[in-house]
Amino acid sequence: MYQKDGEKYFVVDSHMHYWNAAPDNWVPGAEQYAKGWIECFHAYQGLGPPETHWSIEHFQKYSEDDLMKDVFEDGHVDVAIFQPTNLREWYKEGFNTTERNALMGEKHPGKFIYNTNFDPRDGDEGLKQLRANVERFGSKGVKLYTAEWNNGSRGYKLSDPAAYKYLEAAQELGIKNVHVHKGPTIWPLDKDAFDVADIDHCATDFPDLNFIIEHVGLPRIEDFCFMATQEPNVYAGLSVVIGGLMYARPKFFAKVMGELLFWVGEDKMTFGSDYGIWEPKWQIEGFVDWEMPDDSELADYPRLGVEGKKKILGLNAAKLYGIEVPAEAQLASDGAAKQDDAQLVEG
Amino acid sequence: MRASVTAPSRLLQALEAVRDPELDEPITSLGFVASCTVSDDGDAHVKLRLPTYFCAPNFAYLMVADAYDAVIAVPGVRSAEIVLEDHFASDAINGGVAAQAGFVASFTGEAVSELDGLRADFLRKAVMAGTDQVCRPLTAAGTEPAALAAMTLGDLPPSRAADRLRQRRADLGLPAGDDAPLLIDPATGAPIGVDGLPLHLRKAKLTRTSIEANGSICRGMLAHRYDNTRGQGQLTPAQRDEEERQ
Repeated sequence: MYQKDGEKYFVVDSHMHYWNAAPDNWVPGAEQYAKGWIECFHAYQGLGPPETHWSIEHFQKYSEDDLMKDVFEDGHVDVAIFQPTNLREWYKEGFNTTERNALMGEKHPGKFIYNTNFDPRDGDEGLKQLRANVERFGSKGVKLYTAEWNNGSRGYKLSDPAAYKYLEAAQELGIKNVHVHKGPTIWPLDKDAFDVADIDHCATDFPDLNFIIEHVGLPRIEDFCFMATQEPNVYAGLSVVIGGLMYARPKFFAKVMGELLFWVGEDKMTFGSDYGIWEPKWQIEGFVDWEMPDDSELADYPRLGVEGKKKILGLNAAKLYGIEVPAEAQLASDGAAKQDDAQLVEG
Repeated sequence: MRASVTAPSRLLQALEAVRDPELDEPITSLGFVASCTVSDDGDAHVKLRLPTYFCAPNFAYLMVADAYDAVIAVPGVRSAEIVLEDHFASDAINGGVAAQAGFVASFTGEAVSELDGLRADFLRKAVMAGTDQVCRPLTAAGTEPAALAAMTLGDLPPSRAADRLRQRRADLGLPAGDDAPLLIDPATGAPIGVDGLPLHLRKAKLTRTSIEANGSICRGMLAHRYDNTRGQGQLTPAQRDEEERQ
């Protein structure tokens, strides 16, 4: 548990990975994509502090020991949630699959939560696989890529009838949290993959599921915020926001945080390091130390206090996933949202 | 003698009119123009570069196509070759633009519509962001909401931001004359009344934050990818601050 100035922060890293993107895992004929993908991720790491940058070789394939040290030993994380990304067209054994995550995680009981995934275009076979995965990995969450190609289909909407069938099945199986990647993507070429209108419908029709929008719809934060403000079960996944902006672009970090605090609120924001893109240590330490700068341009944004930071760093995600929080890290108040210091100044 | 007909600086000037539709900023100041040259005979060669190998191909296509149109229109240029470098879809985009094939034909089987709708969506975002740029100084100076809601574009003090806002509105076919209301819904053109004003301004501010934050990430990635080498016409951070103040 991270401690600073007498405060204890229970940290849930709700978005991290254990991948293999080294040449030994590249699909023959697709090498340029496999290489381009991981180099693109590596460039994102360049937005973090220089002393946390890795060589490309290390970045392509870090070890189990590296992960345990970076995330838990040095990184202050109490529980980490694996978000899988298959990308089997480019990586022979997949990029970062639930299987790979679980193989590693089962050696460290209590440290990890394994999310799984589904694709509504996989029909009955996919439903069977989803059931098997939930049984095998005990998943309470799924990670979905609505923009992904599948057999000639250029992505789907989570509001499609086929997707509803999967969401109903997932709910029956005990899935509570649906993480949807609405962020930087490649395909489909001509559609706007950042469109969050489908989530608007699902969130209304599945009030007992939580929808966590990863990367807050970056680069279209505005569309995400307009939608999230109307849906009580939509959350902002902060991966990339903290890692990509807090160090490299502090002014924009303050503005984006201000907007998210205004539109979405501190009760519905969750921390995710996006490890191995960025190590959690500097993100958590920096976030605990962060204050909205004293600047007239930022004056009408809500402030973020110690309670809000505790919620964002772990307590909100702990609630979503039913993770037990030690008594000393719980809020002194009962956790009721303190909105009175949020200045909803308009005009 | 011929070399003086079309100087590279004129190409660069033409390229300043080409914007990244997503960031609403010239490709020159962003640093996307790696090189631009023109031969004595008027054959222009432009190399473009982007922040990542996987930058969205639809936006990339628009920039390459717009760069072609801008360069070929420069007096004295008889041919234009625009080459997007280091991108997963370089061949399809470069070949498609060179053949003037259009987006769908350039990506056979992978795209089903041209990009006009996408461009319009982002122009509407640019109108919202521009609204924040021109309104923020007014509200800071104490302009009351009722007064703001009654203002026309002609009431704005002259500024680069005001010119830009008018241009974006004109591009969308929205009212852009002196007597047009300052605050309108960019989707419908309907004026924003005093009741809708607080939310409208809040949305305008958020949209500007989103575009600018996105741009700052792109610049960081580009600098990292190309080891801080500057593009043709790229603004330095100090020049960028100066632009923002205008």
